[in-house]
Amino acid sequence: MRKSIFTAVSLLLVSIGAYAQIGEPWIHDPSTIMECDGKYYTFGTGGGGLISEDGWVWHSGAVRPGGGAAPDALKIGDRYLIAYSSTGGGLGGGHAGTVLTMWNKTLDPESPDFKFTDPIEVARSEFDEDCDAIDAGLLLDPTTGRLWLTYGTYFGFIRMVELDPETGARVEGNEPVNVAIDCEATDLIYHDGWYYLLGTHGTCCDGTNSTYNIVCGRSRNVTGPFLDNMGRDMIAGGGKMVLAAEERMMGAGHFGLIDLGEGVQKMSCHFEADLDRSGRSVLAIRPLLWKNGWPVAGEPFKEGTYEIISERRGYALELAVDFIRMPMTGGWFRRDANEPVAPIASQTLEDVIGTWPDGDIPIRIGDYMARPHQKWTITAAPNAGGYLGGPYYKITIAGTDRALAATEECELTSVEKFTGEDNQLWRIDQLVDGTFRIMPKAIPGHDEPFVLVSIADSTPSLAKFDPDSDNSKWSLKLK
Amino acid sequence: MKRSLRYLFTAALIALICLSADARKKNAQGVVAGHPALAPYFSDPEGDSLAPDNQGFIRRWLLLEPILKPNRTNTVFTDSYIRETFGQEMFPGYLTVLPENGKSVKVGDETLTWHALDSKLFNVKLYRYATGMEKERYGIIFWAVTVLDVPETLENVRLSAGSNSASMWWLDGKEVLILSGDRRMVMDDGASSRLTLTKGRHILRCAVINGPGMSDFCVRFVDESGKPVTSFKTLNK
Repeated sequence: MRKSIFTAVSLLLVSIGAYAQIGEPWIHDPSTIMECDGKYYTFGTGGGGLISEDGWVWHSGAVRPGGGAAPDALKIGDRYLIAYSSTGGGLGGGHAGTVLTMWNKTLDPESPDFKFTDPIEVARSEFDEDCDAIDAGLLLDPTTGRLWLTYGTYFGFIRMVELDPETGARVEGNEPVNVAIDCEATDLIYHDGWYYLLGTHGTCCDGTNSTYNIVCGRSRNVTGPFLDNMGRDMIAGGGKMVLAAEERMMGAGHFGLIDLGEGVQKMSCHFEADLDRSGRSVLAIRPLLWKNGWPVAGEPFKEGTYEIISERRGYALELAVDFIRMPMTGGWFRRDANEPVAPIASQTLEDVIGTWPDGDIPIRIGDYMARPHQKWTITAAPNAGGYLGGPYYKITIAGTDRALAATEECELTSVEKFTGEDNQLWRIDQLVDGTFRIMPKAIPGHDEPFVLVSIADSTPSLAKFDPDSDNSKWSLKLK
Repeated sequence: MKRSLRYLFTAALIALICLSADARKKNAQGVVAGHPALAPYFSDPEGDSLAPDNQGFIRRWLLLEPILKPNRTNTVFTDSYIRETFGQEMFPGYLTVLPENGKSVKVGDETLTWHALDSKLFNVKLYRYATGMEKERYGIIFWAVTVLDVPETLENVRLSAGSNSASMWWLDGKEVLILSGDRRMVMDDGASSRLTLTKGRHILRCAVINGPGMSDFCVRFVDESGKPVTSFKTLNK
């Protein structure tokens, strides 16, 4: 009984570990995640924020003075610009608010360089104005170098003003532009010739019953109008869904873009209630996918048994072992049409494992035939840490402890037993097109961040990632 | 050795030498000239060397007449089967001696001759080689050898090949690639690990085994980015 309880608890912990940021990722309204000297930072409502060494395990400890609501962060040159509002707005009260900006050379509170500049007011709203001047979002336009701030809540308009990227102050004479209603915690991003305004729709601050969800519209102009996929202007309440609640996570809000380059994008947000963690509001990181020109949050990677498919030709990763034929009872030739039909058992691991050699077995790619040497179980490796948005995984042949491993020749093999060494740990990032990049945590004696590639239809290897080549991309089909 | 056995051995040796001399004489005139059915697919080599084509495919080869190896199906060509088959010395020096055009070797009870040919196509049509030479076309093993003359050392290149059906590839006698199963010939189907081709000569060998159906292969070297390597020459001696 005790053992079964222990097992159940362990499974729950593994399950939590696989799907959500771990540690103490308690936050509301997380700012866009910033990397500073190898660590990751995000700030939240009420001051302070989270720090992570690897992007997967988060703890409190980030420092942001000023309190108030919903900050955002942006790196410009070698400095970090923080925008925040000194008030909390008013769900049922006043709507006077002030948005301020301040700079810091570092986000590491332990650094001798850690010192925020004096905050500068860049936007404000009065008590009964049709705007709450809170919930800042920053964009440095990559096409012009101009700096934009959005702010506001559901109460009135979402507004946009222009800031000076040198000082963080409001551009003199700049007047706010109304760009949306019925949302809050907005953020602007640029992608492929379009400006996207992302906002959080629905009810905030209602824990397990929060209906918060993230929507967007887009425009060719940075100041809008931002239309959704139905052509509705966000100033008329339009918005296409990016991320809503998940099975055990409620109230997705406060989008932040993490562009890792080379076709890897992620988004940060909070879920107002994580049902596996007492309904706390938690930081979440999801793959960001693009479908028909619209951003869509990807699913958190789920542990399970997969066919690992090369995008090059569509063949599957497999052990290089003899193909064992199934009994030839099928076929169509000269079959009696009236013969009763019956299922044929699939080939099992027990049918074939005795034919596999001991020790390392090479890896190749081949036609998928649903055979045991082609089925890979992917699970979070215990106590192995992680990377931005995910834990390191072990990839083993289903039903065995035989693990995929990188060799010092920058090739692939499988080792008979998973031992947890870095060359047996795998980072799995979903790319913007929905396919996956799979890379070892380390390659013995090799420093370059090589990834799993197909260098021929039937031959995998490790090589530099090329986002423009299907050689570098894999699909994962759950079995 | 009994005297009668000695006579038999001597007679066989003389016959082999005579056959070989005859083959060499014919090959000197041109294999294709003597076997016009080869013409759509092969040509007699001209010049001392030949560069790979602009896609990097190697076209200059020494091809052994097909070795009989009856198989009714290609599905038996597992890795184990191939390694066992090619792990045996098929003929003396099969992985060490550079064959000569027109010379013969004894494989089991068969006396088979090497022929120097250039492929007109990127893929070497082994089936058409067998039929053009009026040899057995199914249930056979083909051996192909070429010499690479590399002017400057090439690092991190890969041999990239396709074959119908299964095949095994050796560079300077060392296995570099195996393509098992009932294969169809596909450009860049399988590739070796990263190789270094040092300045100088290297011998590339391949064996292709086939039961029924079409048989051919294509091979080239590619660099780290997958681009064809064309900076070397190929020779047949």
